[in-house]
Parts: sequence; structure tokens; C-alpha cells
Amino acid sequence: MAEPREVMRLENLRKSYNVGRPNEVEVLHGIDLRVDSSDFAALVGPSGSGKSTLLNQIGLLDTPTGGELYLLGEPTSRMDDHARTAARGRHLGFVFQFHHLISAFTALENVMMPMMVSHGRPDRETSDRARSLLADVGLEKFADRRPTELSGGQQQRVAIARALVTRPALLLADEPTGNLDTRTAADVFKLFRRFHETHGCAVLLVTHDPRLAETCDRTITLVDGRIVN
Amino acid sequence: MWIESTIAMRFLRQGKAQTLLILVGIAVGVAVIVFVVALIAGLQANIIERTLGTQAHIRIEAPEEVNRIAPPPPGALQLVLEDRRAQSLRPINNWQQLRDVLERLPGVTAVSPVVSGPAFGRRGDAVASVALVGMDLSRYLRVIPLDRNMIDGRLDVGSGNAVIGRQLANDLGLRTGSKLRLEAGDGRDAIVNVAGLFELGVRELDARYVYLDLKQAQSLLGLPGGVTVIDVTVDQLFAADQVAAHIAGLTGVHAESWMESNAQLMNALSSQSMSTNMISFFVAISVALGIASVLAVSVSQRTREIGILRAMGTRRGQMLRVFLVQGAVLGLVGSAIGALAGWSLVAAFNNFGPGLFYIPMPPALVPAAMALATAAGVVAASVPASRAARLDPVEAIRYG
Ligand SMILES: Nc1ncnc2c1ncn2[C@@H]1O[C@H](COP(=O)(O)OP(=O)(O)OP(=O)(O)O)[C@@H](O)[C@H]1O
Ligand SMILES: [Mg+2]
Repeated sequence: MAEPREVMRLENLRKSYNVGRPNEVEVLHGIDLRVDSSDFAALVGPSGSGKSTLLNQIGLLDTPTGGELYLLGEPTSRMDDHARTAARGRHLGFVFQFHHLISAFTALENVMMPMMVSHGRPDRETSDRARSLLADVGLEKFADRRPTELSGGQQQRVAIARALVTRPALLLADEPTGNLDTRTAADVFKLFRRFHETHGCAVLLVTHDPRLAETCDRTITLVDGRIVN
Repeated sequence: MWIESTIAMRFLRQGKAQTLLILVGIAVGVAVIVFVVALIAGLQANIIERTLGTQAHIRIEAPEEVNRIAPPPPGALQLVLEDRRAQSLRPINNWQQLRDVLERLPGVTAVSPVVSGPAFGRRGDAVASVALVGMDLSRYLRVIPLDRNMIDGRLDVGSGNAVIGRQLANDLGLRTGSKLRLEAGDGRDAIVNVAGLFELGVRELDARYVYLDLKQAQSLLGLPGGVTVIDVTVDQLFAADQVAAHIAGLTGVHAESWMESNAQLMNALSSQSMSTNMISFFVAISVALGIASVLAVSVSQRTREIGILRAMGTRRGQMLRVFLVQGAVLGLVGSAIGALAGWSLVAAFNNFGPGLFYIPMPPALVPAAMALATAAGVVAASVPASRAARLDPVEAIRYG
């Protein structure tokens, strides 16, 4: 495997909600963290500790109130919405707890969607890649099904294939197995692991399941908005 | 733009029931607009055509006779009690030159000098007050289509012939071939042969007009070689007032356009047009509100999907366009259906309706209605679309 390189780095990252209002509350109190391309990391911690908040900052879905976040060495705090959106589309992949497929499109189209929104009509190469990703998650036969015609686990696998279609540098997952049964959850984790190894993308996932967290190479524990290990 | 239209079309197709309902709403609105506008335009054209069937576009007369009052010496105050002068029957000066000038004016298509004045028509004991109209037939026909209104006999005013209205013929018991005695006062009278009968559909005219040759009328009215009126036809109907003003300014004669002579009609027509515009405007507003509310519901229903699309790199502008395109497509498709329906209504009115008049379909109406509805769709969509574009992906994904 190639020399691990820095994918993302946080310096004294802070996040407050309701800034300037009486109910202002700081949720992340100065986080320093570095994620390399070789990382397969679990983000754990008690409920309310700020895991989702942290993941949303890393995913450029939200703007921190302090500190700096470097994505592939680039500082992001001064980026406007357009640049952040472009960076999300190019370098990041998302998997959420509630799979969130676009119900008006087939499984295959959903997998191609990140490519279509940034590059328009999919070319041969994109659709081939999407098909092979669907095959990797064991759903090649379901390419033309709508999300409503798939089980929860199948939908989550489509969402994982979709997160990888742009060859992101970092895959972020917030409780991706949260509403799956134990066996399906383990299968989905194995998929993450396999993609980490074959595609070489860093993986950062939030989970409440200690057994799944144990299968990760690295565990980052968050308590009350601070990293404790 | 490809992905925006693709997503927009999928969203519309997915919400079939909503889409169909709003399409029906738009179609009904546009059909009403198309039908009402065509109906009123047809009605107005019909009224104007009827009015101008018996009137010239511009009527030129000699200037009114006015009292000439000597100006007061400087410093004196003059109080004037003026009796307006009686307007005697008087010819237009130099009418031949005036005619030639008018014929060369841009926008003027026909010029017809006429001599016209009062007389009595007599047959036996029966007497009727009539208006003598002496004219040059070929010129006159280009102003008023008398030939289309003949109901009996020939349209011939030469050599002692006259053409009279049906009502006058009834009143005096005349028919084609009868003799009619015309008395114009001061012992000037003549016996003419009724060559034909016309019916213009205006009682006043059908009961009074007696068409004669120019020469005969001139001698009866005591105006040898003179004319009292010059009728003018213009090519731009609604520019008649400007042409009239131009003529008056140019020649000093009194020129009145059909619009001035029918001020009340014009007033009625313009209020009618205004109410048509109001109807169209309010129908368009309610159609736009319908589109806006359907798309607002769609944005709320799709909050999560919008959030995930944003997370995977969809730009705000793209999200905005996804919904603007939906508004445009709804407007375009709905108005196409509506225009077809409105057009069918017009065709049905023309073929199976009361048959009072024919509604022509203004060629620009359908494209104009469709362009308007499409624009209204985009404007209406802009509110929900900008809400979709501004959605915070974090909130959308979490709570959607
Ligand atoms: N939009 C918001 N406005 C105000 N407070 C918020 C907001 N989002 C989160 N918080 C607060 O921030 C803290 C961290 O929330 P967060 O969702 O990051 O926790 P979490 O670690 O993901 O919890 P869980 O494991 O239950 O998902 C909580 O106290 C929460 O109440
Ligand atoms: Mg959470």
C-alpha cells in the first residue's frame, strides 16, 4: 500500500449552536484530530457528546465557529458555499443512518447521482463503475429497482456504493448500521472494510455498537465535546 | 442543465396526483383566458365592423362658421355676449384640390366627396323627411359597402335614378321602379326613379337616406359643383384619430374620426378590454398561486432528498433550477392543454354556438398565453425554489 497521507486535519476546532442568542451552547471545545488515508476509524462516545456535530464539520456540511479544518491540506474556513459544495462532491462520501436514497431514481441512477450532479449526463465509464460498485455490494440484479422496492439493508448498500462512486478521499458515515439488524450491520461493516482496502479511502464512522467499533483499526472517543484518548 | 431538468421531471412524474391536479388547474385557467380574450376581441371587432359598415373612418367638413369679433383697443375690457351663428349648408372650399391632397396622404386608402343635405320625399299625400346623399358611386363604395346591403333592384344613381332605404320605401309605399318626388326647398325639386332598395340595418339610415348622383344632388341642394363632406378611409383603423388630426392641421378643415364620433362606444370597448385584462390577471394570479403551493408542498416533502443531494455536491443554483424548471414545465404543459381547450371552446362557439357573430382566433393569443403561463410558473416557483436552495443540509438530513 502507498505511503499514508493526510486526508483531513482539525486544529482547535470549535462549534457553538445558537451563536449570539441567550441559549448559545458550545458543543465542540477545541478538537485536534488528524485522519490519514490509511485510517479505518470509529468515532464513539455517549449520546449527545457531539459525534454527529463533529462529523458534519468534517463533512463540510456545517461551518465551525472556530479553529481550522484542512481537507487534503487545504484550509476550508474561508471557503464559500460554492467551494464547499464542490469539495464535498469531489473528495467526500457520505452514508447516513437513514440511507436517504432519492426515491424517484433507480438504484443504479442513485449510485451515479453524485457524478451526474457534478458532470451531467453519465458517460459509459460512469455507468460501468456504478454497475461494478453495485455488484460489489451484491446488488447487480437490483440496478433498475426503485428504493421503495429494496429492503433497508439493500438500500444502505446502495447508499454505500453511491458514496464511493466519486472515488472520495474520505468516507464519512453517521451510524450507518443504526437501524439494521446485527447480521446485516456486520455485513455492511465488512463492505466498508473491503472498500477501505480496495479503494484506499479513509473511513470515519460513528457507531454505538462496541463490537463493531472493535473491528476498526482506530477508535476516537468523544466525551462532552472533547477527544479523550 | 441536464441534471436539473432530469431531477425536475422525475419529481413531477413521481408526484403524479399533485402534478395532474395542478395541470388541470392551469389548463382551466388558461382555457378561460384564451376563450374570454378571443370572445371579447371577436365581439369588439364585430361591433366596430358593424359601426363602420355605415360610417366613414374620417368625416371632413367645412370649418364651422364663427362670428368674427373685432379685437378691443388696447387697455379696454371687452365683454362679449355671443349668439352662435346658424350653420348653413356650405361647401368645402377647393374640394378637388383637397381630395387630391388627401389621396396622397400616407395611411389613407380611399377618399369620397359627398354632397349631403335635407329634403322632403313625397308620394301622393305621404311626405317623409329625407337626407339627400350625392356621391360618386365608385369612390363611395370604397368607404361604405353599399353594394353588400342591396336588397332589391340595382345600385344605380345615374341619370335620374335614386337608391333608397327599405324603411323609407315602406313609409312612402315605394318599390323598385316607383317614382319619388324630392323637394329641397326654394322650389328646387325633382322626380327620381327608385332603382333599388338597400338595408344598412340602422333604422335612421334606412328611413332617411336617398342616394343620388353627385350632380343631381348638387343642383337639388343648391350647391352646384360643391360638396359638403369628404369621407376618408384609412388602413390603420385605430390610427384614424391621428390621421384626422393630421388632416385638420394640414388643411384647416374640420376632420372627425370615427373614434370621436363614437366616443361612447370607444369608452365601452375600452372598459370591456379592461375587464378582460382584469379577469386574465386574476386568473393568472390564482394559477401562479396554485403552482407555488404545489411546489412548496413538494419542497417540504423532499426536504431529506434535497439535503442529501446538497451533501453529495449539488450546488444551490442547481437546486434552485430543479424547482424553477418544475414551475416552467407545469406552466408550459398546463397552458398547452388549456390553450387547446380554449381553442376548442372557440371552435365550438363558432360552429354550434348562438351564431350571433364569428370569433376569429387571434394568432398571437395561444403563444402569448403559453409564454405568460410559463413565465408565471417560473415566477411562482421562485419562492419554493429559493427555499429549497437555502435549505441547510444538516437540518434537512437530520429532521427531514
Ligand atoms: N442544531 C442544534 N441546535 C442546538 N443544539 C444542538 C443542535 N444540534 C445538536 N445540538 C446539541 O449538541 C450536542 C451534540 O449533539 P450531537 O447530535 O452532535 O450528538 P451525538 O454525539 O451525535 O449524539 P447521538 O449519539 O445521540 O447521535 C447535544 O447536546 C445537542 O443537544
Ligand atoms: Mg448523532
